[in-house]
Amino acid sequence: MDTENSKQVMDTTLEELRHLVSDRALEGETMLLNMGPQHPSTHGVLRLLLELDGERVVNCVPDIGFLHTGIEKNMEAKTFTKALVMTDRMDYLNNLGNNLCYCLALEKLVDLDVPERAQVMRVILVELQRIASHLVFLASHALDTGAMSVFLYCFRERELILDIFEMCSGQRMMTSYIRPGGLWRDTPEGFEDAVRNFVRILPKRLKQYSDLLSKNPIYLSRSKGIGSISGEDAVRWGLTGPNLRASGVAFDLRKSNPYSGYENYDFDVPVGTNGDVYDRFRMRLQEMAQSLRIVEQALDRLPAGPFRSDNRKFVPPPRSELGTSMEALIHHFKLWTEGFSAPEGEVYVAVESPRGELGCYLVGDGGPKPYRVHFRTPSFAAIQAIPVLIRGFLVADIVAVISSLDPILGDADR
Amino acid sequence: MSVIHRAVETLQKTLKNKVLSVDTFRDQTTVDLDRAAILDACKMLHDDEALQFDFLAALTAVDYWPKEPRFAVVYQLYSIPNRVFLGLRVPLKSEAAEVDSVESVYSNANWHEREVFDLFGIDFKGHSDLRRILMPKDWEGHPLRKDYPLGYEEVQFSFNYDEIDDQKPYAKE
Amino acid sequence: MGLESKLGNMGVVTTTLEQVVNWSRTRAMWPMLFGLACCAIEMMAAQASDYDMSRFGMELMRASPRQSDLMIVAGRVTRKMGPVLRRLYDQMPDPKWVLAMGDCCSCGGVFNNYAIVPGVDEIVPVDVYVAGCPPRPEGLIHGILTLYEKVKGEGIKTWA
Repeated sequence: MDTENSKQVMDTTLEELRHLVSDRALEGETMLLNMGPQHPSTHGVLRLLLELDGERVVNCVPDIGFLHTGIEKNMEAKTFTKALVMTDRMDYLNNLGNNLCYCLALEKLVDLDVPERAQVMRVILVELQRIASHLVFLASHALDTGAMSVFLYCFRERELILDIFEMCSGQRMMTSYIRPGGLWRDTPEGFEDAVRNFVRILPKRLKQYSDLLSKNPIYLSRSKGIGSISGEDAVRWGLTGPNLRASGVAFDLRKSNPYSGYENYDFDVPVGTNGDVYDRFRMRLQEMAQSLRIVEQALDRLPAGPFRSDNRKFVPPPRSELGTSMEALIHHFKLWTEGFSAPEGEVYVAVESPRGELGCYLVGDGGPKPYRVHFRTPSFAAIQAIPVLIRGFLVADIVAVISSLDPILGDADR
Repeated sequence: MSVIHRAVETLQKTLKNKVLSVDTFRDQTTVDLDRAAILDACKMLHDDEALQFDFLAALTAVDYWPKEPRFAVVYQLYSIPNRVFLGLRVPLKSEAAEVDSVESVYSNANWHEREVFDLFGIDFKGHSDLRRILMPKDWEGHPLRKDYPLGYEEVQFSFNYDEIDDQKPYAKE
Repeated sequence: MGLESKLGNMGVVTTTLEQVVNWSRTRAMWPMLFGLACCAIEMMAAQASDYDMSRFGMELMRASPRQSDLMIVAGRVTRKMGPVLRRLYDQMPDPKWVLAMGDCCSCGGVFNNYAIVPGVDEIVPVDVYVAGCPPRPEGLIHGILTLYEKVKGEGIKTWA
């Protein structure tokens, strides 16, 4: 891995991009500039090949794949429960959401029901994860547009959420807490108090963040009217989530195709008008407030009961039973050595992640391992739409637009 | 009549024998189509006033090696006004692993098809820019095919620690 | 006569110079922004308010390799990213150190397949490995302090 070898592999020639750049580039009138994969403001390892006319962007060719981990192929080599561990690491700001998407697909495939308590807990955790993800968005978006103190404030709140996750599962980020059939284990005693405390604290802080940026003239001039996309174009380019809702299309999978009990909660779906950077920023702020509403309602609804299904073909029995029950021992043995099998068939389940629609396409073949698992990730579509959004804007606007789309390269590359 | 029924009926009426089968598994409908018909099917589902399948949610492929037909390209369409998902499947044989690109109907199919080309080697006719997207541009082989090895490294335990350590190409300054 | 007697212990002066140089290198080591994946988020959390890394001299993260001393490889390194990593490492001026943060860059981590380089020490020489998936911010700070101990033990000729 020396510098000579790296030169051959990395350098892009004009020949390869001939069909993508305009004629002015071939004549040398516009400049071709490489931005990334390591750059202070790309969210992860995204490489952009820019065609610039002075400071204005004429065209842009994104190049991804620098974080392609081969998760889909690796999951085919592991049993269903072991493959769950890999889903945490895809969209690494939405660990519980990824777990939920995969578990919902798996539960649909094997037709496994989830008890009420587990469903309500899943909603609480996923909404807390959504708030944590939007806090990181806020932090990095503000950092990219120049407001550096917001970064420190947002991470302070995020620590509260990570403490809650650590209390439940022992891990701050890669929790793997949502398992097929329910949760890994029941929530500890201080959980409800910690969440209520958080719900009490956050609204004031959200107002502070909103005030810090929304009326700031520098931020407004960097975000209003920049990188706008119409609703029709957004649908055509596959944008989902807050990116699509900022353009005026009210599409939220939690309302249109509810899963895990979302139809029982009362919350609004914020919709924007212009589809520019400012609207996308406001969408996420308002979504955080709505998520708090959902968490409060879910906490009030939280029933006592089992935290996972008792279908022993799929869910391991509690260790206390192993000493007394023969069936429990046999089930435990079978699940640990071979794992449970899924029928032949394919399912597609989509959930609403903080970035948009996260879909899991799962194919079973009667064996204990997934035959094919594919994740339709929202950041993949968001990065594909970047050239459409930044055409004609300045180089500094690229940074604002990319951070407003909130792409996560682990999500895009898998 | 539900949107899904209407969609399946419309497809069967216009494409007749190119609709190979219609499966419903766990309340999800998948229509198997012949590969010559996919572009017409997508256009029809997209433009129809009542159906309005305006969003391509997912485009991927499955490799059934060594069974034939080897590949199946899977499309998941979603209708935002009607809130329903519909799956389309195109089985492909290994000698003829090519299908029409639906980029003209759904623009976001561009990168999805590039990903399927990169990882499976399926050719998309009429695609504007078919080249590798996730793997490096000089990579040989298509990783997600079943006959491509996982490429894993032997796990280093204490009994084979030294053997693996000798083979690892450590960097020197 | 007074000067010769003062300068007579040249050996002691050299050792003190070594200590001074190493001390100053540890007190203002600027890491290069090389967050690749999930560990980058924990690195950001370590830089932020609750686990402040600025206390240890890492006041800011420099994006340009020419202006940084320490490359914290945070996240999984794929085969496509390998040449880029090497090129950035070569662009860093001496003295430079590499800290492999997390399991994926220490040994491949959870992943064991065609796309991931099993351990970034196949590409660049690593000084400190920090385990964890992702390591807690305290773990990263412990790794940095271990690196400081290593730097303090370096000789004056190591980076000559």
